[in-house]
Amino acid sequence: MVQTDVTLDAKGLACPMPIVKTKKMMKTMDSGKVLEILATDKGSTADLQAWAKSSGHQYIGTETEGDVLHHFLRKDGAGAPEETITIPEISLADFTQKVEADEHMTILDVREKDEFEEAHIPGAIHIPLGEVEARMDELAKEDAIYIICHSGRRSGIAGDMMAKNGFGTLYNVVPGMSNWTGKTE
Amino acid sequence: MTVKAMKASEVAKKVVNNQPLFILDVRNGDAFADWKIEGGNIQYINTPYFDLLDGVEEVVSELPTDRDILVVCAKEGSSVMVAEMLSEEGVDVAYLEGGMKAWSEHLEPVKVGELQGGGELYQFVRLGKGCLSYMAISEGEAAIIDATRMANIFLDFAQEKGATIKHVFDTHLHADHISGGRAIAAATGASYYLPPKDAEEVVFDYTALENGLEVAIGSSKIEIEALYSPGHTIGSTSFIVDQQYLMTGDILFIDSIGRPDLAGLADDWVGDLRESLYTRYQKLADELIVLPAHFMIIEELNEDGSVAKKLGDLFKENHGLNIADEQEFRDMVTLNLPPQPNAYQDIRKTNMGKITPDEEVQREMEIGPNRCAVR
Repeated sequence: MVQTDVTLDAKGLACPMPIVKTKKMMKTMDSGKVLEILATDKGSTADLQAWAKSSGHQYIGTETEGDVLHHFLRKDGAGAPEETITIPEISLADFTQKVEADEHMTILDVREKDEFEEAHIPGAIHIPLGEVEARMDELAKEDAIYIICHSGRRSGIAGDMMAKNGFGTLYNVVPGMSNWTGKTE
Repeated sequence: MTVKAMKASEVAKKVVNNQPLFILDVRNGDAFADWKIEGGNIQYINTPYFDLLDGVEEVVSELPTDRDILVVCAKEGSSVMVAEMLSEEGVDVAYLEGGMKAWSEHLEPVKVGELQGGGELYQFVRLGKGCLSYMAISEGEAAIIDATRMANIFLDFAQEKGATIKHVFDTHLHADHISGGRAIAAATGASYYLPPKDAEEVVFDYTALENGLEVAIGSSKIEIEALYSPGHTIGSTSFIVDQQYLMTGDILFIDSIGRPDLAGLADDWVGDLRESLYTRYQKLADELIVLPAHFMIIEELNEDGSVAKKLGDLFKENHGLNIADEQEFRDMVTLNLPPQPNAYQDIRKTNMGKITPDEEVQREMEIGPNRCAVR
């Protein structure tokens, strides 16, 4: 679980209100603090991610509990004191070749539970983005790890987080499962 | 100044008539890149609403003064906010009522032809998603093919025309949109037909749609003949209506052909697809008017907003029908496929009756383009 400093209840509110309220709340917070936003508007996930990016905050992740989405944002996180590390990208085509050639590679899928259950690459390890910070120790730091999500954005965030924590060989698969045409289970 | 609401039907008229429109799309960048209102004379800018919370001054200078401006978002809320802010700056704008959800659900009925003895054939164009449905009406009886989820639109239309819906067909088990076929059949007592090979996992009763099946509507006996044409799915079936119209489902489109991979069996079905397009359809009359279940690009629309073309013309002009080399064909339809439709596996399960998401979830599942074709 992510340590939360402030919680904002935006349940039942439709777009644009979750973001309007988030923006107001963020203004009152100190840099580096984490805001948890409770929302039921499904569109809030993508919008908060994009808003955080454009306004310099860090989108940490989203956990789903029944109908309620728990979004976590760190104020000014994108420009936080710790340096951002961007892990190298691997194109989906190159990645597909590797998957077909070597069945023992470590693939980490950071999408939400329902996305993962709908279809994923056989053998992929599943840790939703919101849980990566707490659960990354389940993976070996010396392994080469290929991180995948739907489009490449969440996997990039997960990879950056893991790189800061000593994982040596990480690749962000871009674009991700949205264009994957290989085997799934 | 109050802001106006523009209905999806008004936007549809502008698209069909190729009228100028400027769209300020305030959804996030990914959503805009994935899917937007398409039209030959539409200009766009995409600035997310959350970048405009502190003021709209920066977009005002980008807006034209010589055409209507429409603010668009996912459901309406954000576009109303942005439209009001623009209005306060003195800019005359409208917002899209119901947002992209309403656009996705809007159906535009277009008459595509006459049937013998005074019957009529209508095409329902779902501009926002590229789905095409059909209703044949003859002497107070109607048959519907590939109905979309919005069952009431079909029920109301039939009632307006004084017709009783007798037969409801799906050419195949759809993966890109939720079928309204079962709901329409339940509401009217009509028979609901599905190809048995696509229906192995369905959990409801249906009538088998098999090669050579013929049904008639009206006393003048408009014939609807089924033609087994696998490839997009293993059960895919076309229809010949009144010996004039060929409804191709997702096998053949105007400017593209069906993709064989949405059930995960591209390699197995590509041979069937070739056989359907290059053997079965070749035996049919060039004069048949092809009516597909989708269009992919706005250029496929005729001037009256319909999507229809003679089979003979497609044999000449459609690239997918003109690949002599079998391996080249195989590569085209199995490699470099476009992304799969959103939530396509859940959509298939819904169409099988295995899951019954509530309406709001069904709407979400259908968001986005249909992506049933390869070009």
